[in-house]
Amino acid sequence: MIRSTHLPLLITLATFLLAYALCASAYPAMLSTRVISNLLTDNAFLGIAAVGMTFVILSGGIDLSIGSVIAFTGVFLAVILRDTSIHPLMAFAIVLVITTVFGAAMGALIHYLEMPPFIVTLAGMFLARGAAYVLSTESVPITHEFYDFLQGLYWKAPSGGRFRLIGGIMVLTFLVGILVAHRSRFGQNVYALGGGAQTARLMGVPLARTTIGIYAISGGLAGLAGIVFSLYTSAGYSLATVGVELDAIAAVVIGGTLLTGGYGFVAGTFFGILIMGLIQTYIVFDGTLSSWWTKIVIGGLLFAFILLQKGLTWATQARRRRTVIGSAAPS
Amino acid sequence: MPGPKPSTLKRITPQLLILAAALLLNVLVFPDFFHVDFRNGRLFGNLIDVLNRGAPVALLCIGMTLVIATKGIDLSVGAVMAIAGATAASVVVEGHGWGTALIAALATGALCGLWNGILVAVLRIQPIVATLVLMVAGRGVAQLITEGKILTFSNEGLIHLGAGTVLGVPTPILIWMALGATVIFVVRKSALGMLIEAIGINERSSRLAGINSRVLLICVYLVSGLCAALAGVIVAADIKGADANNAGLWLELDAILAVVIGGNSLLGGRFSILASLLGAMIIQSVNSVILLSGMPPEFNLVIKAVLILAILVIQSPRIGNLVYMLRASGPQPQPDTPPIHANRKEEAK
Repeated sequence: MIRSTHLPLLITLATFLLAYALCASAYPAMLSTRVISNLLTDNAFLGIAAVGMTFVILSGGIDLSIGSVIAFTGVFLAVILRDTSIHPLMAFAIVLVITTVFGAAMGALIHYLEMPPFIVTLAGMFLARGAAYVLSTESVPITHEFYDFLQGLYWKAPSGGRFRLIGGIMVLTFLVGILVAHRSRFGQNVYALGGGAQTARLMGVPLARTTIGIYAISGGLAGLAGIVFSLYTSAGYSLATVGVELDAIAAVVIGGTLLTGGYGFVAGTFFGILIMGLIQTYIVFDGTLSSWWTKIVIGGLLFAFILLQKGLTWATQARRRRTVIGSAAPS
Repeated sequence: MPGPKPSTLKRITPQLLILAAALLLNVLVFPDFFHVDFRNGRLFGNLIDVLNRGAPVALLCIGMTLVIATKGIDLSVGAVMAIAGATAASVVVEGHGWGTALIAALATGALCGLWNGILVAVLRIQPIVATLVLMVAGRGVAQLITEGKILTFSNEGLIHLGAGTVLGVPTPILIWMALGATVIFVVRKSALGMLIEAIGINERSSRLAGINSRVLLICVYLVSGLCAALAGVIVAADIKGADANNAGLWLELDAILAVVIGGNSLLGGRFSILASLLGAMIIQSVNSVILLSGMPPEFNLVIKAVLILAILVIQSPRIGNLVYMLRASGPQPQPDTPPIHANRKEEAK
């Protein structure tokens, strides 16, 4: 039996399979492992950032700063590898600490000042983008043998697809994200917070620790996404990844997570990312469609899924009302 | 509530002080800042530039103030600017007059606003999500209209809206001031302003009190769409072309910032359009300081972030409570009066 709580996730999965089937029927080459591996590689940074965004949205918040944090991470890495001789792994550690602390600071502001996450993370967005500009306004190339080594790591599938390291990092992030969201106390607290801060507090959820933790995760994962993005492009550019936060939010919503918080699955976001990647791949395969159709189709999908969420909420409320009226009736 | 003059002045005092400080900084880095010339039949000067360059954000923040007063937010205004600019450009490129172009652009803006309004008011989707749809898809639609190109035009009438002058004053200044004055007049001389505030404070109770919140909400988003369309036409006219990718990029955030600097709460309720307009001018004055002082423009975003943080701390309910507690526990004029009474008296004044 299908439980209604899993319905949005199943619909996302069905949408993905249907879209993939449509694509494959038009272009059989879409079934090749090359396309699948590219789908993972090209969307790796977006996917990692979207895991953090899923936690934020599950808690009923929003994080507008991730695009800027990704750009800042890239520029920071490029500048530090150019100007100093420290090892990239050390630089990765430094930048992850910076971005995690940055996220935690935003979480603290949101909790202690009782201000809407929207405006706090807007300030964070300006701050991170500004910091990236201050470091460098030009695109800084990264040339380091360790980068070449990491970029050269891949597993070649029999039919030619190359599953690269960064795609693997994304899948790993999703697996850890799923475990944390559904199998840890912290994950339970995130869901409780999304269900309602007042209720969560009465249930004994540590609000301060949870809120700060959520935004720290989002900041840290945006930092990881920045590292992956710098591996993907071999450069740091302060104007890069503008608007990635919107793509991440869209992926989370298409993945079936309720934007009001408290309901959704990390796994859904994974399929949200794949659906968005699929649209782009289809447009590349088609060749006659212009790139702006990507935005329009994603906007349309976003709208469809929001409507779906609304419909489900209505249906649940109507059922509840019926149960209240006919409470004596056997179920 | 249409308050008398002194209360309006009191409401906008902080904004006036910040604006004065920003202008003073301008004079410090550039002593000739207030010098205004009349050359070739138009006014020239840095002050005029601030008023002129601030026009798009000023226009956007008029609609945004109303939307935020209803506890909503409109993220799509930047994309609507791009759509409206693209519409106006494509209409004049096809050989129609500037009047037709302006009407077409305003109609698209109204349509976008109507879409947002229906999503929020009828389908009951939270505003941040509802307007996100158009924010994501809007630029795609604008590119669809311009077919991916930057559509340039040379229609004198349309260019006049963005780069021309009327009696020596640049047209954008006149447009935003006139629209601002009209909207302030309409919402404050009728009950509309109060009804909008009522929706923002508690939509359910306002509906129970007999306010047609659905229609009002749609109207508010409609006005926001119209303001965005007008701003889009001005931006397009200024550069004599419609750039679907970059027109109005991130201006929604500037507009929200202007509203917040104007002391309007993001949680809805009481609003002041005048204060938001001052907020828009503050943002533009800060931009001008950075440009005139020769500081790298990169610092612009950092300064904006610091501005937001400062306002957040001032607006925070928790800090407000803390100040209230400190005041209440501080030395009282009459030690036997309970602190709550002393505060009531202050409020009564």
